[in-house]
Amino acid sequence: MEWLANFWATYSTLIYSIGVYALVALSIWLTLACGLLSLANAAFMGIGAYVSALLSLQAGWPFWAVLVAAGLAPAGVALIIGIPTLRLSGVYLAMATLAFGEVVRIIILNLEITGGPEGLNGIPQSTRGWHIVAILGLAVYGLARMRRSRTGRAFEAIREDEVAASLMGIDVKRHKLFAFVLGAVLAGVAGGLNAHATFFISPREYGFENAVDILTMVVFGGIGGLVGPMVGAGILTLLPELLRFLHEFRGIFNGLVLILVVLFLPKGIWEPRRIRALFGLGPKEG
Amino acid sequence: MLSIRKLGKHFGGLTVLEDVSFDVPLGGIFGLIGPNGAGKTTVFNLITGLLKPSTGTISLEGRDLAGLAPHQVTRLGIARTFQNIRIFKEMTLLENVLVGMHDKLGYGALGPFLISRAFRSAEAQGREWALELLSWVRLEHRAGMLADNLSYGDQRKLEFARALATQPRLLLLDEPVAGMNPAEKTVLMEEIQNISQRGFGVFLIEHDMRFVMGLCERIVVLNFGRIIAEGSPEEVRNNPEVIEAYLGREDDGASV
Repeated sequence: MEWLANFWATYSTLIYSIGVYALVALSIWLTLACGLLSLANAAFMGIGAYVSALLSLQAGWPFWAVLVAAGLAPAGVALIIGIPTLRLSGVYLAMATLAFGEVVRIIILNLEITGGPEGLNGIPQSTRGWHIVAILGLAVYGLARMRRSRTGRAFEAIREDEVAASLMGIDVKRHKLFAFVLGAVLAGVAGGLNAHATFFISPREYGFENAVDILTMVVFGGIGGLVGPMVGAGILTLLPELLRFLHEFRGIFNGLVLILVVLFLPKGIWEPRRIRALFGLGPKEG
Repeated sequence: MLSIRKLGKHFGGLTVLEDVSFDVPLGGIFGLIGPNGAGKTTVFNLITGLLKPSTGTISLEGRDLAGLAPHQVTRLGIARTFQNIRIFKEMTLLENVLVGMHDKLGYGALGPFLISRAFRSAEAQGREWALELLSWVRLEHRAGMLADNLSYGDQRKLEFARALATQPRLLLLDEPVAGMNPAEKTVLMEEIQNISQRGFGVFLIEHDMRFVMGLCERIVVLNFGRIIAEGSPEEVRNNPEVIEAYLGREDDGASV
């Protein structure tokens, strides 16, 4: 038992991060499922983190209310920026959302209330393991149900062919906005959980690098389903820790793994069809 | 009836359509023919809301379609297929047809999450109806297959079934037999006749003259963005202007 306590004391932060990043990965999976290449989710996570941390520190809100606010604040922002930017597609949307992310980072960096470059310190550590498990479970259940409904099919149709989807009676703009805003909610809640698990947040954590990391997790894991992004988040959060023995070559090896996956497993490492074939179960129809 | 009045479309200084007027009945098979580049597909894009007319009006049973987005036009009862087939390749046949029912599956936003009775019955009925539509085009035995694995002719048939899932009053078919071999053409001709006999209005664009003449009850001929003839296949065939613009030039007419 003592061994377990030690293990938990050492690795609880890491395990929390896996859960939090699994949630963020799902948020970006949602936009990708609808054919949107958005890099705004790191910024949404940052907005959620800062709004929740400030509400805890300055207003003393209870934790559950803080988490609700962490979801709603970025959703409001997503609604406002989504209406003009979601007309764009492909790499143009990526550029616009990337610029948005930088604007958010620079605003946080220069405001007094956010503590500027020093960030916020002394955030109450209210996040418990079961909070993350419960919220992640709820998100997975909700998204899994959605995939099997008309909304999920509409997302997939939009991703494959927007014009054909619109001529099937699907309101493409509304569905895209919905995916974008719902993704912001998930990312924001993840930000709130993260802020209340790590004691300290700073603008650096929610910038360009983080945006790319999140996208990498999903591409690495596979965008075909809900498991892939979570597997990707888990592995890419663990990998730097597991590679600690490589010291300064860690970053190189990390990059190498990514390149190999993208080259040889373009659909990500979690691809149910291929895994079934690997174990000789053959392709399943439907 | 779908009424097109004085329809015109310019792209910058280029006039693609000018003063086009005709009526399409919501029953039977109606054809729009013309040489390459005559503006036929533009007419479809204007009707379905993918393009906005420069001049003129389009109305369905007296309801103006101007300014409506494509999904709104579909909901009013106009469905279409594309010259270059646009099915959802990574979805199964059944899912393709279910997408066509998007607007007809009524359950609340929370239905899928609570797995409510309304959700389950709507989905079950949707599936049953989708299988029925697939059986109309004789593809029901492949319902669980990915659409990408279908042959070209079968992909077109799936596109028909998917379009019918929107419960259209008028089905627009953009060159349904383009690129098909003679055997596939015969099969598709039968399918189009079946669809028409089930009470759907069919409005098709075609290049293949023999195909159109055998199928359509009424034909409009477009050339350089203007209507040059309208009438029964017999009347159109014997119209000297049509012969000169279209049928007379065998080298042009034979190319695809």
